[in-house]
Amino acid sequence: MIGVEHYLVVAAILFTLGVFGIFLNRKNVIVILMSIELILLAVNINFVAFSTHMGDLKGQIFALFVLTVAAAEAAIGLAILVVYFRNRGTIAVSDINRMRG
Amino acid sequence: MTLPAIFFYLFASVTVASGLMVISSKNAVHSVLFLILAFVNAAGLFVLMGAEFLAMILVVVYVGAVAVLFMFVTMMLDVDYAELREGFLQYLPVGVLVGLVMLAELVLVVGGWTAAGSLPVTQARAPIPTDVTNAEAIGRVLYTDYLLLFQAAGLVLLTAMIGAIVLTLRERRLDVKRQDITVQNTRRPSEAIEVVTPPTGQGIAEGGGVR
Repeated sequence: MIGVEHYLVVAAILFTLGVFGIFLNRKNVIVILMSIELILLAVNINFVAFSTHMGDLKGQIFALFVLTVAAAEAAIGLAILVVYFRNRGTIAVSDINRMRG
Repeated sequence: MTLPAIFFYLFASVTVASGLMVISSKNAVHSVLFLILAFVNAAGLFVLMGAEFLAMILVVVYVGAVAVLFMFVTMMLDVDYAELREGFLQYLPVGVLVGLVMLAELVLVVGGWTAAGSLPVTQARAPIPTDVTNAEAIGRVLYTDYLLLFQAAGLVLLTAMIGAIVLTLRERRLDVKRQDITVQNTRRPSEAIEVVTPPTGQGIAEGGGVR
């Protein structure tokens, strides 16, 4: 039988991959957003694994809310990205310094 | 090895491998496709854990909406992705360092729990019922104890929708004809039509006729 620890290890690896992706693709905002989605997916796997392990339904409810926020975040992030590309013609993160004081 | 174990290792390995491909792929479109693969396999993991409803929601929301949104934006923006990958190797060492430290810590936490016997099980405050389906069980908890949070989640989505529309709505071009209700309502027959009585056999004079 597969225990909860196996799922936690999978989620840990996915989380690390997400953080690693943010470091690796410092210039490409689209891949950074996808890395954030990977991180949130790892969090969801943790929530559901603990929900199953504890026999408590609340973990699945919270995973549902995390999913909602992730969807909203992706929509807003991509909208900002499209507007930024329309104004500047590039999506390189290193050039985003207009709000520097 | 039992069947659930086989499926667990299948789904887990494909999820991790496609997660690796998401962050290391040269083409951003390939990254989105691998993201879809990762989500589908994570949905498989959810099914193995007994969360069927969340698995289906993951497929519908992530694969059906978010990933397609990513795909649209990736293909819509005319970006030289090769140029964006400059410095890829430059950031590799520090990324590997941070990633390894974080992974080691996370695995140590899980390993410490495992070494101390199994993970602690507390008294479940919303125990998973066995006689109803997973979707019905979630609905029973979500629409009673978590009703306010559920509505707050709806407000978050509404804010995201309005924000995305406000951000991306472009001013229309000026030469496009648009409907003006005031002009339509103040229109009078005297300025809209002109009745002419053409003489027989002469035709209608220049500039005459219906306006």
